[in-house]
Amino acid sequence: MTAPASISIPDLETVYDHLATAIDRAGPQKTELFLVKLALLNANALGDAGLFLQNIHAALQDL
Amino acid sequence: MHTPTRTPRHSIYYTYRVFAPWLPSAHPAQTRQKAVIVGAGPAGMVAAMELARHGVPCVVLNAELQVSQGSRAIVFTRRSMEILQQFGVADRITANGLPWRFGNSFYRGQRVFRMEAPHDQDDRFFPMINLQQQYLEEYMLDALLANPLIDFRWGNKVTAVEQRDGCARLDIDTPEGSYMLDADWVVAADGGRSGIRAALKLQMEGASYEGLFVIADIRIDLPLPTERLAFFDPDWNPGNTILMHREPHGIWRVDYQLPAGESPDAALRPESLRARIDAQLAMIGHAGTPWEMDWCSVYSARALTLPDYVHGNILFTGDAAHLLPIFGVRGANTGFQDAQSLGWQLAFVIKGLAGTALLANHSAERVGAAREIIDEAGKSTRFMTPPTHGFQLLRDAVLSLSLSQQFVRPLYHWRTSRPHEYTRSALNSHGDDNALFKAGPAHGAPPQNVRLGADDFLLDHLGGGFDLLYFSAAAAVPEALQQVVADARARGIPLHVIAIGAAQPVAGADQTLPDTDGHCRRRYGVAASGGAYLLRPDQHICARWLTLDATRLQAALNTALPR
Repeated sequence: MTAPASISIPDLETVYDHLATAIDRAGPQKTELFLVKLALLNANALGDAGLFLQNIHAALQDL
Repeated sequence: MHTPTRTPRHSIYYTYRVFAPWLPSAHPAQTRQKAVIVGAGPAGMVAAMELARHGVPCVVLNAELQVSQGSRAIVFTRRSMEILQQFGVADRITANGLPWRFGNSFYRGQRVFRMEAPHDQDDRFFPMINLQQQYLEEYMLDALLANPLIDFRWGNKVTAVEQRDGCARLDIDTPEGSYMLDADWVVAADGGRSGIRAALKLQMEGASYEGLFVIADIRIDLPLPTERLAFFDPDWNPGNTILMHREPHGIWRVDYQLPAGESPDAALRPESLRARIDAQLAMIGHAGTPWEMDWCSVYSARALTLPDYVHGNILFTGDAAHLLPIFGVRGANTGFQDAQSLGWQLAFVIKGLAGTALLANHSAERVGAAREIIDEAGKSTRFMTPPTHGFQLLRDAVLSLSLSQQFVRPLYHWRTSRPHEYTRSALNSHGDDNALFKAGPAHGAPPQNVRLGADDFLLDHLGGGFDLLYFSAAAAVPEALQQVVADARARGIPLHVIAIGAAQPVAGADQTLPDTDGHCRRRYGVAASGGAYLLRPDQHICARWLTLDATRLQAALNTALPR
């Protein structure tokens, strides 16, 4: 068993800032659309429906 | 009193012929019938022709005096043509229809997906051919009316049905009043709004989708090829979908989705139709091209089936048995397969060649097909008419991504109708070599067509009973096999032996196909002499052997015709 790959703190901070800025650029009318597009692009990059379903499950927690 | 209209229906391209009603006073007292088919749409007519092909007479009841209003089903698949070929009507469809194999999906003026349906050299028919349903019905009707076993009754409307003592009694209204008709079997082919289904209070299972579509046929001269066109989320109809298909006689089908909440009545107002069709023409660069309306209607996408098609002595088929979304041309094309399946299996039961287990098998096979179609069509329908906010967002995200991202584009491809494979049919042989084949159609699959020569294909030679394809270069079919064939025929089973692979006529075979280049053998995955396939009367495979012997042939026939 190898530990699942995880993102480094500096990279996570970069993602954090860019995602926030992109949501603001998309604007409130297009935020959902933007986030769904992003999710699909990431699903394609993951290449693993099972892992994506796990992430869906995790994201649905504690809403 | 039933008074169907005697006025020819309106059409700008089709001349309706009005037939005289069948009146009970002009005929002797009615005896009990073996089979009565209620409904003379495509499914009812195929059921009648298949019964007649097996020598079973039937009565066909048509409430109207003319063929259907409007173009309705316009796209017929290769498998439908292979079925219609068996009734001698495929040539007329080929002569008058428009074949095609490409589909295009557009978003924001860009073609984001192109569907290319495969067309094999071994196929006689194109993947799809467009023809208005009136013509299809006319061609089928000509074949029916020429068949002495089919008693076709215009202007006969079923008003009640009752089952008792292994018989069904129909109350039938005509333009001179009603009469009763008893039948061993009634085939309910009375369409999506089946009165018999309602009378029996049968519930269908599945989903209904809220999106409404207008379906309009216009005559217009557009310099475009015969390809399916789909437009997503255009400026003139935000969030919705438009489909276009070319039909013969200069007609185009335009389907467009209605904004949520708009009523069908409002959508069918002439000014509404005109404004929207003009907007669509403007969007594709043909603003101002003159056009004329032929026919229009409104439909919604439904994906529903009865869970069983056999109810006592009443058998449901076609749209009476299920309602399928039209995305993917699944209505009539599924109906042909339903009705042929019903026709041969009912005929064999009526002739005493099998027990009613065969009808249970028919129902299981076709309900299974409907459920598979519903599953596939559900995916298409959720993309075309997203049922919830979540599905809407995903669809919109895919549209947006498709402009730059290749990986989402295949989602535009809604799977089109294809023949169901009866992989788990009760009629499939148990002790054959199905699993050992590396190529060729497997258990339950429709046959692979093979080009044998100019205008000569394997399927041209099949049908009308069981077909045994026997691959051999020998001079004769082995004696023991010939004996099994002779015994089956003596019991009344139609069984046709086609020898494939010998230069000279093979003794014991009804036909010999030389297959000089071995192409047919390869397509069927047969490596050595002695291999064989057994095809049911609907041409689906029920057994195949690397080396056939008499015992296993007999076993396969026994399994295919359960007592």
